Amino acid sequence: MTVAVEEHKTVECGVPDPFPFMHPLLKKNYGQWAWHDRPRPGVLHHVANNGDEVWTVRAGTQRQMDVYTIRALCDIADRYAEGHVRFTVRSNVEFMVSSYDKVDPLIDALEEAGYPVGGTGNSVSMISHTQGWLHCDIPGTDASGVVKALMDELYEEFKNEEMPNRVKITTSCCQINCGGQGDIAINVQHTKPPKINHDLVANVCERPAVVARCPVAAIRPALVNGKPSLEVDEKKCVCCGACYPPCPPMQINDPVHTKIAIWVGGKHSSTRSKPTFHKLVAAGIPNNAPRWPEAAGIVKQILYAYKENAKPWERMGEWIERIGWARFFELTGLPFTKYHLDTWRGGRASLNASAQLRF
Amino acid sequence: MSKEMPKTPLLDQLESGPWPSFVSGLKRLAQSEDKQYAGMMKDLLGQLERSYETRKGYWKGGTVGVKGYGAGVIPRFSEISGEYPESAEFHTLRVMPPAGMHYTTDLLRKMCDIWETHGSGLIALHGQSGDIMFQGIRTENVQAAFDALNKLGFDLGGAGAGVRTSVSCVGAARCEQSCYDEAKAMRSMVNAFLDDMHRPSLPYKFKFKFSGCANDCTNATQRADFAVIGTWKDDMQVDQDEVKTYIGKMGRKWCIDQVITMCPTNALSLNDDDTLEVDNKSCVRCMHCINVMTKALKPGKERGLCLLLGGKRTLKIGDLMGTVIVPFMKMETDEDYEQLVELAKNIVDFFAENALEHERTGEMIERIGIANFVEALGLKLDPNMITHPRTNSYVRTDGWEEEVAKWKAQRAEARPVAAE
Repeated sequence: MTVAVEEHKTVECGVPDPFPFMHPLLKKNYGQWAWHDRPRPGVLHHVANNGDEVWTVRAGTQRQMDVYTIRALCDIADRYAEGHVRFTVRSNVEFMVSSYDKVDPLIDALEEAGYPVGGTGNSVSMISHTQGWLHCDIPGTDASGVVKALMDELYEEFKNEEMPNRVKITTSCCQINCGGQGDIAINVQHTKPPKINHDLVANVCERPAVVARCPVAAIRPALVNGKPSLEVDEKKCVCCGACYPPCPPMQINDPVHTKIAIWVGGKHSSTRSKPTFHKLVAAGIPNNAPRWPEAAGIVKQILYAYKENAKPWERMGEWIERIGWARFFELTGLPFTKYHLDTWRGGRASLNASAQLRF
Repeated sequence: MSKEMPKTPLLDQLESGPWPSFVSGLKRLAQSEDKQYAGMMKDLLGQLERSYETRKGYWKGGTVGVKGYGAGVIPRFSEISGEYPESAEFHTLRVMPPAGMHYTTDLLRKMCDIWETHGSGLIALHGQSGDIMFQGIRTENVQAAFDALNKLGFDLGGAGAGVRTSVSCVGAARCEQSCYDEAKAMRSMVNAFLDDMHRPSLPYKFKFKFSGCANDCTNATQRADFAVIGTWKDDMQVDQDEVKTYIGKMGRKWCIDQVITMCPTNALSLNDDDTLEVDNKSCVRCMHCINVMTKALKPGKERGLCLLLGGKRTLKIGDLMGTVIVPFMKMETDEDYEQLVELAKNIVDFFAENALEHERTGEMIERIGIANFVEALGLKLDPNMITHPRTNSYVRTDGWEEEVAKWKAQRAEARPVAAE
């Protein structure tokens, strides 16, 4: 006798309603909050119009979590918090509790289990990261490893609120920059044109699409060894790697020539100054797994120059805007080169069209 | 006999140090001998170690999906599966979390159980677009894993040339600075585009993001094609007694240096009696003073949102920030939210019809010109759309009188409301 297995019919349910999963105090006071403060780094205290209070304890995670880690966080939430958690966009986990008495035991439990409490206010929060060698099909470097190595170095800055303002660091494993804008961005920068495997191009790549993808029109169709392929005008090529995703035989990643570049002053918020893109300050940094010490060293140079010299509330870019780029390069000890001059479309807007000078 | 753990001397170096280690997590999974994924995770560790040695990635894409969907599964096939056969297929399911990323422990445990049964036991919370990323599953198990998650009330997110998974800030759930119902706006919007998400056929990706105020905690301005950011229209709320309390505690110099002089439009001034004077007509709703004096200052009561369109990173024409296309929409009734969805539908339709292949919204607007875009969508012109008017004289202005008439009509339409 065969038993018919009922097939599940997909329900295109979309984004789930958050209310069934929300902490009861957040649900009760939805849209009815009055003010907040931060009693200590890593802890937020929100007060509702009706006087209800909720404390949130924020902790860092490794983002790529095994089920044991998630269950350990759940155990802490069940035992020391109230069974609800949420995550920030930077992969920090937050536990909400209804009484201040629960805050210290919760912090102790998290720290004991190895999850640093912090990431609030004027701290260096968790570095936003991408997939890297673990799961991306076009990575120039790893993501989780870079982040782990750097967060080990910046651990105290995560746990304390001693920066002039919040510092958002991002990483990206290719120039598509999935990690986004950051006060400091650590991004792959290729330095050589792609190496083409001409035997594979015709079968793998939609050649007109690849030609169209190039931002500087450096790719053209060609017959190589009698086979239809593509060729790159290496003088025009800006080594951006945009041809590699649609055409994997155009290998852009290279163990030596794929480098790391560091950018500063990106900001999404409209707070005080308008949002800004991050700017290149250092390049040619070796892609030195497993701990990327050269990149980490430069990040710290920049971070501590900012920490010592910026005024309260100035974000990285706002600080540099005030002191000027001449002083930035002086304070960080970073070299200024022709590669810092923007030669791309619209780049003229970044030149100093004035007699305002700093010495 | 169980398979040996691979030698991972490079990855081992990422187990030391105080920050939680993803390598230790990968190893815990690889050593779960009673679980179906132990072998897969051993090979995954082996391949990752190889990447650390050679500084090369070894994944390639392909086509893997669930019934009826053309997106949501990120296929990954190993290029060196001969050496690492058990992780030859290591796909990701992108799953949309509850808006605001709220979870009960019960829900997280159920998700862990599902992924332990069908996948690798590795889950990223969350990806850059806001998905729960269930990482590592063989092709044959994808449908069953999705069915289990779907029965739990969860759906796949976006990938490829379609509407992508979105994110909203914690917002009204726990923030007094929230200017609209972020979760409601996000769900109304994304859930109206599920067809464009699950069966992608747009020129390129399209991202919505939702932040409750100008602090933009979801990084919408640059990272979304369609950024929805909370703001308000009336006067900011000031509790003068609390202002005095702050000054009593922190000092007058603190207030001048960290609040008054940091206002980007000099809209603040400190009175002799330690109360705050706000020039609300000059205020740009940037949130700085409100962030500093959280107990004394709040957004106004006439709250709503502004829309910025066209944010993206470099490829292909260079970085673009989103720019204002609607400076204010009040968000009170269900109709207000329906109107927002309606506008989004018109914009996505326009994008679908007018963008070139692999062209983002911001690039399309740059190519056709913002004036044409605004006109085509029937948006109301507003000086809030610009930093300053054009400086370049190369423009044909023989429709001037007609445009002036339109402006006057728009003003006349707005005035009765303002006069009430």
